[in-house]
Amino acid sequence: MANVTIKVEDLSKRYRLGRRERYVALRDVLARTATLPVRMLTRRSQADAQADYLWALKDVCLEVKHGEILGMVGRNGAGKTTLLKVLTKITKPTSGRARLWGRVGSLLEVGTGFHPELTGRENIFMSGSILGMSKAEIKSKFDEIVDFAGVEKFLDTPAKHYSSGMYTRLGFAVAAHLETEILLVDEVLAVGDLEFQKKCLGKMKEVSQGGRTVVLVSHQMNQIRRLCDSVLWMDQGQIRRKGPTAEVVGAYEAAFSSSQTAGRAAQSDPSIKARFLSWEILEPHSGQPHLLTTLGPFTVKFTVEVNRPIRMGVHGIEINDSAGQRLWGNAAYNLTIEPGIHDLVHRIGPLPLKPGPYSWRVTLFDEYERLDMWDCMPELMVGTKPQSHPYDQWAGFLNVASVLSIHEDAAAGAAQSITH
Amino acid sequence: MAANEYVLGSDVPGSFNQTDPPVSMPTSDINPPGKWFDLDLPEIWQSRELLYFFVWRDLKVRYKQTAIGVGWVVIQPLLTMMVFSLVFGRLAKMPTGGLPYPLFFYSALLPWTYFASALTAATQTIIEHERLVTKVYFPRLLLPLSAVLSGLVDAAVSFIILIGMALYYHIVPRPTTLLLPVFLLLAVATALGAGLWLSALNAVYRDVRHAIPFLIQFWLFVSPVAYPSTLIPAKWRWLYGLNPMAGVIDGFRWALTGHGQAPTGLLLTSIGTIAVLVAGGLMYFKSMEGTIADRI
Repeated sequence: MANVTIKVEDLSKRYRLGRRERYVALRDVLARTATLPVRMLTRRSQADAQADYLWALKDVCLEVKHGEILGMVGRNGAGKTTLLKVLTKITKPTSGRARLWGRVGSLLEVGTGFHPELTGRENIFMSGSILGMSKAEIKSKFDEIVDFAGVEKFLDTPAKHYSSGMYTRLGFAVAAHLETEILLVDEVLAVGDLEFQKKCLGKMKEVSQGGRTVVLVSHQMNQIRRLCDSVLWMDQGQIRRKGPTAEVVGAYEAAFSSSQTAGRAAQSDPSIKARFLSWEILEPHSGQPHLLTTLGPFTVKFTVEVNRPIRMGVHGIEINDSAGQRLWGNAAYNLTIEPGIHDLVHRIGPLPLKPGPYSWRVTLFDEYERLDMWDCMPELMVGTKPQSHPYDQWAGFLNVASVLSIHEDAAAGAAQSITH
Repeated sequence: MAANEYVLGSDVPGSFNQTDPPVSMPTSDINPPGKWFDLDLPEIWQSRELLYFFVWRDLKVRYKQTAIGVGWVVIQPLLTMMVFSLVFGRLAKMPTGGLPYPLFFYSALLPWTYFASALTAATQTIIEHERLVTKVYFPRLLLPLSAVLSGLVDAAVSFIILIGMALYYHIVPRPTTLLLPVFLLLAVATALGAGLWLSALNAVYRDVRHAIPFLIQFWLFVSPVAYPSTLIPAKWRWLYGLNPMAGVIDGFRWALTGHGQAPTGLLLTSIGTIAVLVAGGLMYFKSMEGTIADRI
C-alpha cells in the first residue's frame, strides 16, 4: 500500500439535470414545493424519476501508484473532468470515497485566479497562492516563472493589456512550478504557440522525473503515448479499460476505427476453396501477437486453409490505416499451394508508421478467381515509441527519427545566428 | 561544422524515474457530504496567506480606474451626513441627547456603512468568483471572510474623519473609547454571519441579488442610525436588540461619546443574535460548500 498515491473506491457522482441550469429562481422551488402533494398523488414512474439524474461517475475504482503518469482518455462527457474535480475537492462525490497521499495541485484551467486589473507580477502571486503555493515558495520561483513565460518586459503591465498568448504562457508558467506530490491536469496543454507547447511538454517530463504523480487528461494520443506510463479510458462515467499506454490507447483508437469484420469461424463452409484463419507477429516476440513494438524489420505470419490445389496462385498483402487508406501493398505471383493448412510468412520492414491501429488486408487468388480476402482481425497495433511531433495534427503518418544541426554558411558570413 | 545536434522530439521521452514516496505525507480524504459539519479550522488557518491575498487584491482593484480613488470613502459618507443633518437635525429636530446631530449621525454611519458594503460584497462574492470556484479548490469560507475584512480598510479611513469631527466638537477620548474596536468586531461578525447565509443562497438562487438592496434599506430603517434607540419604549428596547446592528451602533456611539448609559440589555440581546447568526451561517455555508461548484 505504501506505493499507492491515489486510491479511489466505488466513487460515484450524480448530477440532477435540473440543477445544472444556469439560473434557478426561488419561484421555481416554491412552485415545485407547492405542487409536491399533487405529484406525489400522480406517482411518477420510476423511469421518470431516473431520467432527472445523470451519473457523471459510476462506481469508479482506481489506484494510481507513486510516480506514475496516468493519462485519461475518453469522449466529451465521459466523466474525465468530473473525476478530476472530485479528486481535487472542487465538488464532493455522491457516494464512495477516495484518499490521496501528498499535497494535491491541479490545473483545470490556464490562468486560474488571474485578475485583468492586476499586473503580471501581482497575478503571479495571486494565481500561485490560489493554486496552493506559499508566498515564500512563489518568491523563490518568481524568476523561473517569469523566465519560463517570457514576460519580463510586461511584468508591471496590467494583465488586461496582455495578448492571449502572453496570458496563457504566464498562466501555465505559474502552474508548472507547483511542487505538489500529486498533479491533476485537465486538457490545458493544447494551448499556446508550437514552441511554447513543446516547452510545456518538457516541463511535464521534468515533473514526472521528480518522482511525482500526474493524472493528465488529453485528446492528443501522440502526447499521451509520449508522456504516460498507463492510460485510463473513461466511458459514460465508468472505467472502460486501464492498463499500459500502448494497449489502452490502441484499443481506444480501434474503437473509433471503422473496420469491423465478423469472426472467421462463423463463416465455416466446406464449399469454401480457401480461407485465412489467423495472423500473428512472429519476430520480434513481444508477448502480444498483434502488437508491433519495433521500428526495425519484423516477421508476420498469416495462416490459411486451402481446400483445393492452387496452380497459378496470387497472394496479396496490404496495410491500411484506420480510415481505410492503403499505406502499402504488394503481391506474390505464380504460387503453387497444395490443400492443407499453411503459414504464409512475410519478412517486412522496417515499418516506420506512427503508433496507432492499422489493419492488414490479405488476399488469395487462383489466377483471376478470388478465393479469399480478409481484413485481418484483430487489428495490427503499432506500439513503437513516437518520434514525431507530440500533437496529432503535426505528427503526420510516419514515425521517423530526425536530427537537426545548424551550420554557419561561410559564404554569407556570420550575419545569421539562430537561437532556440 | 555542426554547432549542436538536436534530436527532434526527443526532449519528451516517455520514460520516467521511479522514486520511493516520502515516508510521511499529508493525506486528503474525499467523502460524500456528511451529516455533521466540520468547520475544519486548521485548514482555514493554513490558508491564511491566501486570505491575505484575496483582501490585498480587493483593495488593489477596488479603486482602479477611478479619478479620485479612495476619495470616495470620504466623500460618500460626508455627503450623506450633510443631507441627513439637514433633514433630521435641522428640520425634524431629532432628539440626540445633547450631541451635535452631525456627530451623532456620523458615529452611527461609520459602522452602518461598513456593515452595508461588507454584506453586499459578501453576498456577491461566490458568484463573482464562479470561475475560481468551479476550477480550483480552496476553503470557500475565505471568500465571504475576505469580503468582510477588506471593507475594514474603508472603515479605517472613515474613522480618521470621525476622530477629526470628535475633536471639532470637543469630544475628548475617554476609557470607553477603547471599546470601539470591540463594537467594530461585532459589526464584522454580523456582516459575516448574514453574508454566509446570503452568499450561499445567492449562488443557488439569484433572487437574493435582487432582494439585497431592499433588505439593506429596510435594515437601515430598523437600526438606530438616523434616530436614537431611546425612541423605542424602554421596556421593548431589549427586543429591539434582536436586530444585531442596533446593539452594534448604539454601543459604538456610546463608546465614542460616552453619552448616557451603556446599552446593556439591548447589547446582550444583539450579541446573542449575532452568535446565532454566525453559527447558523457557518453550518449552512458548510453544508452547501461541498456541492456549490455544481449548483452555481
